[in-house]
Amino acid sequence: MPRRGGPPEVNAGSMADIAFLLLIFFLVTTTIETDAGLDRMLPPMEPPDENVVIKQKNIFTVNINKNGQLLVEEELLDLKGLRKAAMDFLDNGGDGTCNYCKGARDESSSDNPTKAIISLKNDRETKYSTYITVQNELVGAYNELRNRESQRLFNRNFTEMEAEYLNPETPSSVRDELKDKVKQIQDLFPQKLSEAQTSTN
Amino acid sequence: MAKFNKKKDGDLPAVSTASLPDIVFMLLFFFMTVTVMKDSSLMVENILPNASEIKKLEKKDRVIYIYVGKPTSQYQKVFGSEPKIQLNDKFANVSEVGDYILQERAKKPQELQNVLTTALKVDKNANMGLISDIKQQLREVNALKINYTTFEGDAFRNLQ
Repeated sequence: MPRRGGPPEVNAGSMADIAFLLLIFFLVTTTIETDAGLDRMLPPMEPPDENVVIKQKNIFTVNINKNGQLLVEEELLDLKGLRKAAMDFLDNGGDGTCNYCKGARDESSSDNPTKAIISLKNDRETKYSTYITVQNELVGAYNELRNRESQRLFNRNFTEMEAEYLNPETPSSVRDELKDKVKQIQDLFPQKLSEAQTSTN
Repeated sequence: MAKFNKKKDGDLPAVSTASLPDIVFMLLFFFMTVTVMKDSSLMVENILPNASEIKKLEKKDRVIYIYVGKPTSQYQKVFGSEPKIQLNDKFANVSEVGDYILQERAKKPQELQNVLTTALKVDKNANMGLISDIKQQLREVNALKINYTTFEGDAFRNLQ
């Protein structure tokens, strides 16, 4: 018998079931990635060629013991005060050559932000979480100072500019412009964070 | 002549489910796009610490992962409860880290080999001794760019 009224309709009722099946599969396998963290550079293996003499007053020593206590510049310090202490040290500008520093200009503290070095030492038994907190505070001190200068020069935060600069979706024309600004701020407060070998006792 | 059919009373009109597949497909596509397939299953406890000054790790193809933490309960009988290093799908010693990095680096395309980042995913209860050893290994193979992967949050919560 000839068919009438065109081809019969395909029953699409089970399409939802199939889609649900796929949906549940992807729901289960999804892990929202937590790929963000503190960027650090390790010092290269070869020692520097010339013997650079660094004045003791330009070094800000931070020691973490195995109980998570901090010894900053030979004094016991609470973790909450570390960011402030590091900022005071970096922003000091002791020899008067730094015209953007707003610090105390203390003779016995760092000469210039470009000369100031933070030296971090930890015990082998220091807990990783404590170490990360200390790192976070030190990076935070740099970021806060950089943000301050960035606000003064470009009216926006350094962290925001850097994030935009590093984002691969930013168009390259914007990136080139940001590159110089980021570089300029980084030069004002270069991150000099040295990590010596861990002590064994 | 009246052509109107008289409505049958008492019958509820059926709710049309024709758009249900569309809705489900929309959700499906969302999850398909955000899904990242895990390349290795975790054999160590991996609760990352919190930090607030974090930077996003862009470009997943330029990252090498190293996991550190206590073996999970099913492996504790064999491997003990001291923090261990996991590379890909197996436990490793500190001395193997350097080789692993070199191996992974060789797998990447030439132009990426100099811009690789090593992401350290370390459990917050691990000790720094092990991390220092890993860092020493990384320095030896000249993999100097590292990233301590953390959750975003208040760093002082780590101390509790």
